[in-house]
Amino acid sequence: MLEVADLVKHYGPVRAVDGISFSVKPGEVFGLLGHNGAGKTTTIRLLNGVLRPTSGTARVFGLCPINDGLTVRQRSGVLTETPSLEERLSARQNLRYYADLYGVEASQVPGRFEALLQTFELSEVGDGRVGGFSKGMKQRLALCRALLHQPELLYLDEPTAGLDPVAARRVIALIREQSRVGGRTVVICTHNLGEAEQICDRVAVLERGKLLAIGTPAELARAYQHSAKVLIEVAPETIEQALACARGFEGVEARAENGQLSLTGLSRQRIPELVAALVKLDVSVYRVEPQEASLEDVYFALHQRADQPPQAHPAPEVKA
Amino acid sequence: MNRRAIAAIIRKDLTVVLQSKAVMIPIVIVPLVIFIFLPTVVGLAGPALINLPGGQEQFLARLPAGLRAALEGLSPTQQPVVLALVYLFAPLYLIVPLMVASVIAADSFAGEKERKTLEALIYSPVSDRDLFVAKLLSAWLPAVAAGLFGFVVYALASNLAAWGVMGRVFFPTWMWLVLVVWVMPAVAGMGLGVSVMVSSKVKSFQEAYQIGGVVVLPILLLVVGQIAGVMVFSVWLVLLLGLVLWGLTAILLWYGSRSFARSELIAQL
Repeated sequence: MLEVADLVKHYGPVRAVDGISFSVKPGEVFGLLGHNGAGKTTTIRLLNGVLRPTSGTARVFGLCPINDGLTVRQRSGVLTETPSLEERLSARQNLRYYADLYGVEASQVPGRFEALLQTFELSEVGDGRVGGFSKGMKQRLALCRALLHQPELLYLDEPTAGLDPVAARRVIALIREQSRVGGRTVVICTHNLGEAEQICDRVAVLERGKLLAIGTPAELARAYQHSAKVLIEVAPETIEQALACARGFEGVEARAENGQLSLTGLSRQRIPELVAALVKLDVSVYRVEPQEASLEDVYFALHQRADQPPQAHPAPEVKA
Repeated sequence: MNRRAIAAIIRKDLTVVLQSKAVMIPIVIVPLVIFIFLPTVVGLAGPALINLPGGQEQFLARLPAGLRAALEGLSPTQQPVVLALVYLFAPLYLIVPLMVASVIAADSFAGEKERKTLEALIYSPVSDRDLFVAKLLSAWLPAVAAGLFGFVVYALASNLAAWGVMGRVFFPTWMWLVLVVWVMPAVAGMGLGVSVMVSSKVKSFQEAYQIGGVVVLPILLLVVGQIAGVMVFSVWLVLLLGLVLWGLTAILLWYGSRSFARSELIAQL
């Protein structure tokens, strides 16, 4: 569906996208994670042939977005970061406009309008001016517009940005439905990690235009397990002894927290080794609870590493 | 060429323009003044109002021979009416299509940026060329329509108001027909060309409208030229003027089209 190889985009001295490579399979929900300025939006623009890359290649549906931009855009739908709706027009007028731009067959237009407006719970306000809509309503209408021509590939740029939690949850549910029920390939740009974890099959983490890591949320969590916590409950009178022992393990930070050991930097593989060492010291171990790293933990660990000087850490492994 | 998309963009732009007070107020008021108020006042009270510098005879003596000949067959009360309505106001007439084209183009190009509606349009499967053509037509067609409609209104107002003085249909003249058919569309194109260029550099409708307003200066020079008798419109002069304006329009639009690439537009968002 989508192949990107060593894609680079410079704006003068700024490297907006700096040699990223990844692929997205049909039907997949793929997340591009990163802070503002990480290169997510530029990547979407490059994939739609709206910007010309400085170097590298992108293939969408097997086509070059620059040479076959019209076809690529005809088969794709984009939800831009701002809803990009004409506020002086009604919801139906906005949809009518884009139906014409995307060449939706005239006979199908009314049926599609109604179905989408109903799905996105906008039927009753279809003739109302968009200027009077709430932010959530505008975002849902923008989603209607992106889906109007039934694209095979849907790009969503910060789909819940600025929405209140209720509206955001509603939009997420609608996106999930589009991918699961509609079978669409979805590329979602976000810095909302909870959202990405909920809906993405795989995610790529970007930082200053570079790809830091890629994989399923679970794969990344495993790969960056060292950043996760391990809680160990021991007999209260042995806690100091246990702390000293844990601190003897390389890279492990240990502290007492609510009467138990709280360890970071201890990989899952080294837990038995630590437990054996504690038992050897006659520390009574009651409970060991490794806490799985969330995508959020992974994300911050990756960004922390990216912020350090290059020699301080090896380049993270990137899974294709 | 994607005609459906072009028609949709024109339709949308015009619908949006019609709902904008900032755009509609100048589009309505200026033509009312030029097409109805001025000919009515001059036609009804012209001879009394028009006080030519140095007296009528001296003024007429300073006019070019062709124009003097055109006015010579007229009575002293008819001469100032014809002079004003046929000659002096001819450049003023051009202000309307120029202004309509500039205002709508400013709203269509810079206004889309300001309203943040351009990005979705850029992602649509419409070629750069079709987008540019649609945007040009959405400003040029209403400007030409306003010019044609204004001409009809001006002709009616002039003949009706001056009937008491003229006693016949004296308007339009051949010079005016050439002005309307040949020069007016070129003037609209020139306003459009300037607005396209200005809009590519600014981010709001107001900025584009104000900076683009300088395009009215050459028209004002024509007005001064007419009043001073330096350059009096004749059929040949108007034909030549049209040629120059079409040339300018072509150059402006060529430059404008170069800045109207998707990649350029999206970089400005």
